[in-house]
Amino acid sequence: MTKTNTEDYLRMYRQMVRIRTFEDHANQLYLSARMPGLTHMYSGQEAVAVGICEALTDDDKITSTHRGHGHCVAKGAEFSQMFCELLGKEEGYCRGKGGSMHIADQSHGNLGANAIVGGSMGIATGSALRAKLQGSDDVTVCFFGDGATAQGLLYEVMNMASLWKLPVIYACENNGYSEYTKTAEIAAGSITARAEAFGIEAHQVDGQDVLAVNGLTQKLVARARKGEGPFFLELMTYRYHGHHVGDINRGYYRDKAEEQEWKDNRDPITLFRAWLLDQGIASEDEIAAMTAEIEQDAAAAVAHAEAAPYPDTAEVDMHVYAG
Amino acid sequence: MREITLSQAVNEAIAEEMRRDETVFLLGEDVAEAGTPFKVLSGLVEEFGTTRVIDTPIAEPGFMGLAVGAAMTGARPIVDLMFGDFLFLVMDQLCNQAAKIHYMSGGKLKVPLVLRTNLGATRRSAAQHSQSLQALVAHVPGLKVALPSSAYEAKGLMKTAIRDNNPVVIFEDKLMYQDKAPVPEEEYLIPFGVANVRREGSDITLIATSSMVQVAEKAAEILAAEGIEAEVIDPRTLVPLDEATLVASVKKTSRAIVLDEGHQSYGVTSEIASRLNEQAFYHLDAPVLRMGAMDVPVPFSPALEDLTVPTPEGVAARARKLCSGDLIHAA
Ligand SMILES: Cc1ncc(C[n+]2csc(CCOP(=O)(O)OP(=O)(O)O)c2C)c(N)n1
Ligand SMILES: [Mg+2]
Repeated sequence: MTKTNTEDYLRMYRQMVRIRTFEDHANQLYLSARMPGLTHMYSGQEAVAVGICEALTDDDKITSTHRGHGHCVAKGAEFSQMFCELLGKEEGYCRGKGGSMHIADQSHGNLGANAIVGGSMGIATGSALRAKLQGSDDVTVCFFGDGATAQGLLYEVMNMASLWKLPVIYACENNGYSEYTKTAEIAAGSITARAEAFGIEAHQVDGQDVLAVNGLTQKLVARARKGEGPFFLELMTYRYHGHHVGDINRGYYRDKAEEQEWKDNRDPITLFRAWLLDQGIASEDEIAAMTAEIEQDAAAAVAHAEAAPYPDTAEVDMHVYAG
Repeated sequence: MREITLSQAVNEAIAEEMRRDETVFLLGEDVAEAGTPFKVLSGLVEEFGTTRVIDTPIAEPGFMGLAVGAAMTGARPIVDLMFGDFLFLVMDQLCNQAAKIHYMSGGKLKVPLVLRTNLGATRRSAAQHSQSLQALVAHVPGLKVALPSSAYEAKGLMKTAIRDNNPVVIFEDKLMYQDKAPVPEEEYLIPFGVANVRREGSDITLIATSSMVQVAEKAAEILAAEGIEAEVIDPRTLVPLDEATLVASVKKTSRAIVLDEGHQSYGVTSEIASRLNEQAFYHLDAPVLRMGAMDVPVPFSPALEDLTVPTPEGVAARARKLCSGDLIHAA
């Protein structure tokens, strides 16, 4: 059932703005050389993570990607522990051991980001197999990019998921690019048809329309809980930044005009904001107040993370093996 | 002599071999217009076109397999594997197929391919983009393994690798791409199985690969200031290994530390240390020590990551102990 009440709409909007704000701060940390390593921005794709995760409960699981901050926030994570992880601090979700590409937040069912493209496809499907074996009605969503559809693992696990009717939803975020290459140059034929070949119901959705994403996901999650899965979603979206924060001179593979077109006319936050105002669900002032509050939260979380201690050096060989 | 970066050296080696032999071609992710994320292959697609510099989808086992088949049937592919960590994805095609085909066919089929990839931590890239997995492939008979430690080696070893009739895995150190070294303008090749004595010394031998060569050289400087003369040797290839040069040095110095950035346990350092024990036992004044990366996945946090890799100070400290007789009964 599509979310219908005011609170739900406002929470979806808030979560999208939280993701964008988180990423703006993460990008600033990189640009001002205050963050170790590189990170991949989710900006532009917010309606996908939020539309999907708002259809899930804390018991439902997700697996995420190298571009994972959006999934992480949408599944319920706190700014402070996320920024601490980005800076390698002890208070981070993974005690600083994982960093941007490996944040996992078990309390909200986030099984983790992954730095191996396609690396989480088996994990997500295995989580769904566990749900079925144990008679649990939770659903697992596997996020991955268009580029990841080239990995053979996807086809091995979709075959098993379909044979065994596993409660997994494959969510392919097609942002048009796989690193520095256009999707059309690395993906033959139709992506949804590949899932259909395994007898998996597949849908292509406008990934900039949070209501469309959420509405469809609500229905599919309910059906997956009843054993009618798996399902496949191809969400058409766009990443605003470079492949990673350091990919600044990208004119050789992507047009500035194309980027501007998406930002001006297809921005998921701008579009949803206009709808909220039009429907009288929120006023300009309310939205401005919400945005300011989120900005304050983020700034406070960054300041907290920068001041937070690194893990003790004794932690370096802790957690190699489970007790 | 002119100086060029390791990245330029690799680029030159590949370009020269592609000009010399039209069966040589490149394939991998974002190798063409992008010239790889490290920009090592920039300019090659402009010269050789997209039929010889091929951008692949993100399908490592798939394009590794294509390279094996192409190599068996008359081409000389160079596979670009963006990170050494992705070796785990291509292991079947590389180790069950490429490595064994010549032997299994009774010497009839050949698989002349190069897998170029990288190693090295301390780039804050966390556990899946920081591994040094050379021991893994060196363990498999049929694969040759080269570890260039400077631009000079990177060029000479790459050219030899491309002309070799076997599958060769070359690991470049990601942190060294911008490091310059003297590289002749004239053509040269570095034969496999010939170690390079980078510094002579009489008190202790530091055998170091790839990223650890600089660490060993800095340690040698620290030690020299204290009156300990360390010999620094870079084997340059693990398979084949120039055992004779390593053994001769240890017979002379009677002490050795072996350094490699792979995990210490069951690693490159263990193998070389065992060979020294077997062949120079009566000449040793102390146990041969191994220094590799800590046996932990590479942590992201800078506060932890830097602890996992040997440092010049750490190497010097252990060398000092070895030379003072403190470590006669193991470390
Ligand atoms: C197995 C593997 N191969 C290659 C890479 C390098 N890499 C990281 S992200 C990426 C592109 C992924 O594209 P896509 O799946 O579309 O995700 P997006 O970056 O667009 O979100 C590549 C090639 C990797 N991390 N893992
Ligand atoms: Mg993509």
